[in-house]
Amino acid sequence: MLTIAGRKFRSRLFGGTGKFSSPEVMKESLAASGCEMVTVALRRVDLNNPADDIMRVLDRDRYLFLPNTSGARDAGEAIRLARLARASGGGEWLKLEVTPDPRTLLPDPIETLKATEVLVKEGFKVLPYINADPILALRLQDAGAVAVMPLGSPIGTNQGVLTRFQIEIIIAQARVPVIVDAGLGAPSHVAEAMEMGADAVLVNTAIAVAGDPVRMARAFALAVEAGRIAYEAGLGAVRKDAAPSSPEDGLGFLR
Amino acid sequence: MKIVCNGQALEIAPGTRVADYLSQLGLETPSVVVECDGMILSREEYESHALQDGSVLELIRFVGGG
Repeated sequence: MLTIAGRKFRSRLFGGTGKFSSPEVMKESLAASGCEMVTVALRRVDLNNPADDIMRVLDRDRYLFLPNTSGARDAGEAIRLARLARASGGGEWLKLEVTPDPRTLLPDPIETLKATEVLVKEGFKVLPYINADPILALRLQDAGAVAVMPLGSPIGTNQGVLTRFQIEIIIAQARVPVIVDAGLGAPSHVAEAMEMGADAVLVNTAIAVAGDPVRMARAFALAVEAGRIAYEAGLGAVRKDAAPSSPEDGLGFLR
Repeated sequence: MKIVCNGQALEIAPGTRVADYLSQLGLETPSVVVECDGMILSREEYESHALQDGSVLELIRFVGGG
Protein backbone atom coordinates (compact mmCIF):
# COMPACT_ATOMS: atom_id res chain seq x y z
CA MET A 1 0.00 0.00 0.00
CA LEU A 2 1.20 3.50 -0.80
CA THR A 3 2.06 5.69 2.17
CA ILE A 4 2.70 9.42 1.86
CA ALA A 5 3.54 11.39 5.00
CA GLY A 6 2.07 8.64 7.15
CA ARG A 7 -1.22 8.47 5.23
CA LYS A 8 -2.10 5.25 3.47
CA PHE A 9 -3.66 5.11 0.00
CA ARG A 10 -5.21 2.02 -1.54
CA SER A 11 -5.41 3.66 -4.98
CA ARG A 12 -2.28 4.81 -6.74
CA LEU A 13 -4.30 7.02 -9.08
CA PHE A 14 -4.85 10.60 -7.97
CA GLY A 15 -7.53 12.67 -9.67
CA GLY A 16 -7.85 16.23 -10.86
CA THR A 17 -11.09 18.18 -10.76
CA GLY A 18 -10.55 20.64 -13.64
CA LYS A 19 -12.06 20.78 -17.12
CA PHE A 20 -15.04 18.47 -16.49
CA SER A 21 -18.18 19.34 -18.44
CA SER A 22 -20.25 19.45 -15.24
CA PRO A 23 -19.85 18.87 -11.49
CA GLU A 24 -21.97 15.73 -11.80
CA VAL A 25 -19.72 14.21 -14.48
CA MET A 26 -16.71 15.05 -12.30
CA LYS A 27 -18.25 13.38 -9.27
CA GLU A 28 -19.11 10.21 -11.19
CA SER A 29 -15.70 10.08 -12.88
CA LEU A 30 -13.82 10.42 -9.60
CA ALA A 31 -15.93 7.63 -8.15
CA ALA A 32 -15.17 5.42 -11.17
CA SER A 33 -11.44 6.16 -10.89
CA GLY A 34 -11.33 4.86 -7.31
CA CYS A 35 -9.00 7.72 -6.37
CA GLU A 36 -8.71 8.84 -2.75
CA MET A 37 -6.90 12.15 -3.25
CA VAL A 38 -8.02 14.95 -5.58
CA THR A 39 -6.45 18.22 -6.56
CA VAL A 40 -8.37 21.48 -6.41
CA ALA A 41 -7.39 25.02 -7.38
CA LEU A 42 -8.08 28.37 -5.71
CA ARG A 43 -9.72 31.24 -7.56
CA ARG A 44 -11.78 34.34 -6.89
CA VAL A 45 -15.45 33.77 -6.19
CA ASP A 46 -17.46 34.72 -9.29
CA LEU A 47 -19.51 37.59 -7.88
CA ASN A 48 -22.01 37.19 -10.73
CA ASN A 49 -22.55 33.55 -9.76
CA PRO A 50 -21.68 33.22 -6.06
CA ALA A 51 -23.66 29.99 -5.68
CA ASP A 52 -21.28 28.14 -8.02
CA ASP A 53 -19.42 25.98 -5.51
CA ILE A 54 -17.50 22.78 -6.30
CA MET A 55 -17.74 21.81 -2.63
CA ARG A 56 -21.42 20.96 -3.21
CA VAL A 57 -20.37 17.80 -5.03
CA LEU A 58 -17.01 16.87 -3.48
CA ASP A 59 -17.27 14.62 -0.43
CA ARG A 60 -14.53 15.59 2.00
CA ASP A 61 -14.92 12.32 3.89
CA ARG A 62 -14.19 10.36 0.74
CA TYR A 63 -11.38 12.41 -0.80
CA LEU A 64 -8.28 13.91 0.69
CA PHE A 65 -7.90 17.39 -0.77
CA LEU A 66 -4.66 18.33 -2.44
CA PRO A 67 -5.01 22.07 -3.14
CA ASN A 68 -2.66 23.29 -5.84
CA THR A 69 -0.97 26.63 -6.29
CA SER A 70 -1.74 26.77 -10.00
CA GLY A 71 -1.43 30.25 -11.42
CA ALA A 72 1.51 31.15 -9.17
CA ARG A 73 4.45 32.59 -11.10
CA ASP A 74 6.91 32.84 -8.24
CA ALA A 75 7.48 31.57 -4.71
CA GLY A 76 5.70 34.53 -3.13
CA GLU A 77 2.48 33.94 -5.06
CA ALA A 78 2.62 30.21 -4.34
CA ILE A 79 3.06 30.83 -0.61
CA ARG A 80 0.11 33.25 -0.62
CA LEU A 81 -2.07 30.65 -2.38
CA ALA A 82 -0.93 27.94 0.04
CA ARG A 83 -1.97 30.02 3.04
CA LEU A 84 -5.32 30.79 1.44
CA ALA A 85 -5.84 27.08 0.76
CA ARG A 86 -5.23 26.23 4.40
CA ALA A 87 -7.54 29.04 5.53
CA SER A 88 -10.21 27.67 3.16
CA GLY A 89 -10.19 24.43 5.08
CA GLY A 90 -7.97 22.69 2.56
CA GLY A 91 -5.78 21.14 5.23
CA GLU A 92 -2.01 20.81 5.19
CA TRP A 93 -1.54 18.94 1.92
CA LEU A 94 -0.32 21.03 -0.96
CA LYS A 95 0.58 20.45 -4.58
CA LEU A 96 3.15 23.18 -5.07
CA GLU A 97 3.14 24.52 -8.62
CA VAL A 98 5.15 27.51 -9.78
CA THR A 99 4.77 28.04 -13.51
CA PRO A 100 6.03 31.42 -14.75
CA ASP A 101 5.60 30.71 -18.47
CA PRO A 102 1.97 30.29 -19.57
CA ARG A 103 3.04 28.86 -22.92
CA THR A 104 4.90 25.84 -21.55
CA LEU A 105 3.57 25.77 -17.96
CA LEU A 106 6.96 24.33 -17.04
CA PRO A 107 7.77 24.66 -13.35
CA ASP A 108 10.42 27.07 -12.05
CA PRO A 109 12.85 24.90 -10.06
CA ILE A 110 14.44 27.71 -8.04
CA GLU A 111 11.16 29.30 -6.96
CA THR A 112 9.73 25.84 -6.23
CA LEU A 113 12.62 24.99 -3.91
CA LYS A 114 12.37 28.39 -2.17
CA ALA A 115 8.63 27.98 -1.61
CA THR A 116 9.08 24.40 -0.39
CA GLU A 117 11.56 25.53 2.26
CA VAL A 118 9.14 28.17 3.58
CA LEU A 119 6.00 26.02 3.44
CA VAL A 120 7.55 22.95 5.09
CA LYS A 121 8.48 25.20 8.03
CA GLU A 122 4.85 26.35 8.17
CA GLY A 123 3.68 22.77 8.55
CA PHE A 124 2.48 22.05 5.03
CA LYS A 125 2.85 18.61 3.50
CA VAL A 126 4.41 19.77 0.28
CA LEU A 127 4.23 17.77 -2.95
CA PRO A 128 6.13 19.84 -5.50
CA TYR A 129 5.34 19.62 -9.21
CA ILE A 130 8.72 19.57 -10.95
CA ASN A 131 10.39 19.02 -14.22
CA ALA A 132 11.87 15.52 -14.28
CA ASP A 133 15.15 16.67 -12.73
CA PRO A 134 16.78 14.04 -10.48
CA ILE A 135 19.02 16.55 -8.68
CA LEU A 136 16.12 18.87 -7.96
CA ALA A 137 14.08 15.91 -6.68
CA LEU A 138 16.85 15.14 -4.17
CA ARG A 139 17.11 18.78 -3.12
CA LEU A 140 13.36 18.93 -2.54
CA GLN A 141 13.22 15.77 -0.46
CA ASP A 142 16.11 17.13 1.61
CA ALA A 143 14.06 20.31 2.08
CA GLY A 144 11.19 18.27 3.50
CA ALA A 145 8.91 17.58 0.55
CA VAL A 146 6.75 14.52 1.35
CA ALA A 147 6.69 13.39 -2.29
CA VAL A 148 7.88 14.66 -5.65
CA MET A 149 5.73 15.05 -8.74
CA PRO A 150 7.85 14.98 -11.89
CA LEU A 151 6.10 15.70 -15.16
CA GLY A 152 5.71 13.13 -17.90
CA SER A 153 5.18 15.90 -20.43
CA PRO A 154 3.79 19.46 -20.22
CA ILE A 155 0.43 19.97 -18.48
CA GLY A 156 -2.60 19.21 -20.61
CA THR A 157 -0.65 17.92 -23.61
CA ASN A 158 -1.57 14.20 -23.36
CA GLN A 159 1.87 13.34 -24.76
CA GLY A 160 2.72 10.66 -22.21
CA VAL A 161 6.06 9.93 -20.54
CA LEU A 162 8.57 11.92 -22.58
CA THR A 163 10.92 12.16 -19.60
CA ARG A 164 11.42 8.43 -19.12
CA PHE A 165 15.20 8.48 -18.66
CA GLN A 166 15.11 11.15 -15.94
CA ILE A 167 12.09 9.65 -14.15
CA GLU A 168 13.88 6.30 -13.94
CA ILE A 169 16.75 8.05 -12.13
CA ILE A 170 14.35 9.93 -9.83
CA ILE A 171 12.62 6.66 -8.89
CA ALA A 172 15.95 4.91 -8.28
CA GLN A 173 17.19 7.69 -5.97
CA ALA A 174 14.09 8.92 -4.16
CA ARG A 175 13.40 8.29 -0.48
CA VAL A 176 9.96 9.87 -0.85
CA PRO A 177 7.16 8.66 -3.13
CA VAL A 178 7.37 9.63 -6.80
CA ILE A 179 4.08 10.64 -8.39
CA VAL A 180 4.25 11.12 -12.14
CA ASP A 181 2.06 14.07 -12.98
CA ALA A 182 1.07 15.97 -16.10
CA GLY A 183 0.81 14.97 -19.72
CA LEU A 184 -0.38 11.41 -19.08
CA GLY A 185 -2.93 11.20 -21.87
CA ALA A 186 -3.85 7.53 -22.18
CA PRO A 187 -4.12 4.47 -19.94
CA SER A 188 -1.02 3.07 -21.67
CA HIS A 189 0.94 6.13 -20.46
CA VAL A 190 0.06 5.55 -16.82
CA ALA A 191 0.74 1.84 -17.17
CA GLU A 192 4.20 2.74 -18.47
CA ALA A 193 4.88 5.05 -15.53
CA MET A 194 3.71 2.44 -13.03
CA GLU A 195 5.72 -0.34 -14.71
CA MET A 196 8.79 1.88 -14.27
CA GLY A 197 8.14 1.88 -10.54
CA ALA A 198 6.39 5.19 -10.02
CA ASP A 199 4.52 5.13 -6.71
CA ALA A 200 1.44 6.84 -8.15
CA VAL A 201 0.21 8.99 -11.02
CA LEU A 202 -2.00 12.04 -11.19
CA VAL A 203 -4.43 12.40 -14.09
CA ASN A 204 -6.83 15.23 -14.82
CA THR A 205 -7.15 16.35 -18.43
CA ALA A 206 -7.15 12.93 -20.09
CA ILE A 207 -10.13 11.81 -18.04
CA ALA A 208 -11.99 15.12 -17.95
CA VAL A 209 -11.94 15.73 -21.72
CA ALA A 210 -12.59 12.12 -22.79
CA GLY A 211 -15.68 11.32 -24.84
CA ASP A 212 -16.98 9.36 -21.85
CA PRO A 213 -15.06 10.55 -18.76
CA VAL A 214 -16.62 7.97 -16.44
CA ARG A 215 -15.54 5.02 -18.58
CA MET A 216 -12.14 6.61 -19.18
CA ALA A 217 -11.65 6.99 -15.42
CA ARG A 218 -12.24 3.26 -15.08
CA ALA A 219 -9.75 2.56 -17.89
CA PHE A 220 -7.09 4.64 -16.12
CA ALA A 221 -7.75 2.86 -12.82
CA LEU A 222 -7.26 -0.54 -14.47
CA ALA A 223 -4.07 0.63 -16.20
CA VAL A 224 -2.60 1.93 -12.95
CA GLU A 225 -3.34 -1.36 -11.25
CA ALA A 226 -1.95 -3.39 -14.17
CA GLY A 227 1.23 -1.32 -14.28
CA ARG A 228 1.78 -1.65 -10.54
CA ILE A 229 1.24 -5.40 -10.54
CA ALA A 230 3.66 -5.72 -13.48
CA TYR A 231 6.29 -3.71 -11.61
CA GLU A 232 5.92 -5.85 -8.50
CA ALA A 233 5.93 -9.05 -10.57
CA GLY A 234 9.22 -8.07 -12.21
CA LEU A 235 9.42 -7.37 -15.93
CA GLY A 236 11.62 -9.41 -18.22
CA ALA A 237 14.85 -7.82 -19.41
CA VAL A 238 14.84 -5.79 -22.63
CA ARG A 239 17.30 -7.23 -25.17
CA LYS A 240 18.53 -6.28 -28.59
CA ASP A 241 18.62 -9.67 -30.31
CA ALA A 242 15.73 -12.07 -30.72
CA ALA A 243 15.47 -15.07 -28.41
CA PRO A 244 13.08 -17.89 -29.37
CA SER A 245 10.20 -18.58 -27.04
CA SER A 246 9.89 -22.19 -28.31
CA PRO A 247 12.57 -24.87 -27.71
CA GLU A 248 15.49 -24.88 -30.15
CA ASP A 249 16.03 -28.60 -29.64
CA GLY A 250 13.86 -31.35 -31.10
CA LEU A 251 13.69 -30.01 -34.65
CA GLY A 252 15.81 -32.84 -36.14
CA PHE A 253 12.82 -34.39 -37.88
CA LEU A 254 12.45 -31.33 -40.13
CA ARG A 255 15.79 -31.54 -41.87
CA MET B 1 -18.06 54.29 0.66
CA LYS B 2 -16.07 52.52 -2.02
CA ILE B 3 -14.33 49.17 -1.80
CA VAL B 4 -12.76 46.89 -4.36
CA CYS B 5 -13.96 43.30 -4.18
CA ASN B 6 -12.42 40.67 -6.46
CA GLY B 7 -11.18 43.43 -8.72
CA GLN B 8 -14.56 45.16 -9.02
CA ALA B 9 -15.09 48.69 -7.64
CA LEU B 10 -18.24 48.69 -5.50
CA GLU B 11 -20.25 51.13 -3.39
CA ILE B 12 -21.31 49.79 0.02
CA ALA B 13 -22.91 51.30 3.11
CA PRO B 14 -20.50 52.80 5.66
CA GLY B 15 -19.95 50.53 8.65
CA THR B 16 -20.53 47.34 6.68
CA ARG B 17 -18.78 44.45 8.38
CA VAL B 18 -17.30 41.51 6.50
CA ALA B 19 -20.06 39.26 7.89
CA ASP B 20 -22.72 41.69 6.57
CA TYR B 21 -21.16 41.82 3.15
CA LEU B 22 -20.85 38.02 2.85
CA SER B 23 -24.47 37.72 3.94
CA GLN B 24 -25.55 40.16 1.20
CA LEU B 25 -23.79 37.96 -1.36
CA GLY B 26 -25.17 34.73 0.11
CA LEU B 27 -21.64 33.58 0.79
CA GLU B 28 -21.86 32.54 4.45
CA THR B 29 -20.17 29.29 3.61
CA PRO B 30 -17.08 27.87 5.27
CA SER B 31 -15.55 27.19 1.87
CA VAL B 32 -15.00 30.89 1.11
CA VAL B 33 -11.89 32.52 2.52
CA VAL B 34 -11.61 36.27 2.92
CA GLU B 35 -8.47 38.30 2.40
CA CYS B 36 -8.80 41.98 3.35
CA ASP B 37 -6.00 44.39 2.42
CA GLY B 38 -3.62 41.47 2.02
CA MET B 39 -4.46 39.82 5.36
CA ILE B 40 -6.36 36.54 5.62
CA LEU B 41 -9.24 36.93 8.08
CA SER B 42 -10.25 34.11 10.39
CA ARG B 43 -13.95 33.32 10.55
CA GLU B 44 -14.15 34.77 14.06
CA GLU B 45 -13.05 38.14 12.65
CA TYR B 46 -15.93 38.45 10.14
CA GLU B 47 -18.34 39.85 12.75
CA SER B 48 -15.95 42.43 14.12
CA HIS B 49 -14.05 43.44 11.00
CA ALA B 50 -15.62 46.60 9.53
CA LEU B 51 -14.75 47.42 5.96
CA GLN B 52 -13.09 50.80 5.40
CA ASP B 53 -13.35 53.21 2.49
CA GLY B 54 -10.79 51.91 -0.02
CA SER B 55 -10.64 48.38 1.43
CA VAL B 56 -9.45 45.77 -1.03
CA LEU B 57 -11.27 42.50 -0.51
CA GLU B 58 -10.56 39.14 -2.08
CA LEU B 59 -13.11 36.35 -1.76
CA ILE B 60 -11.48 33.07 -2.71
CA ARG B 61 -12.75 29.51 -2.95
CA PHE B 62 -11.81 26.11 -4.29
CA VAL B 63 -12.57 25.44 -7.94
CA GLY B 64 -11.82 22.49 -10.19
CA GLY B 65 -8.14 22.14 -11.05
CA GLY B 66 -5.43 19.64 -11.74
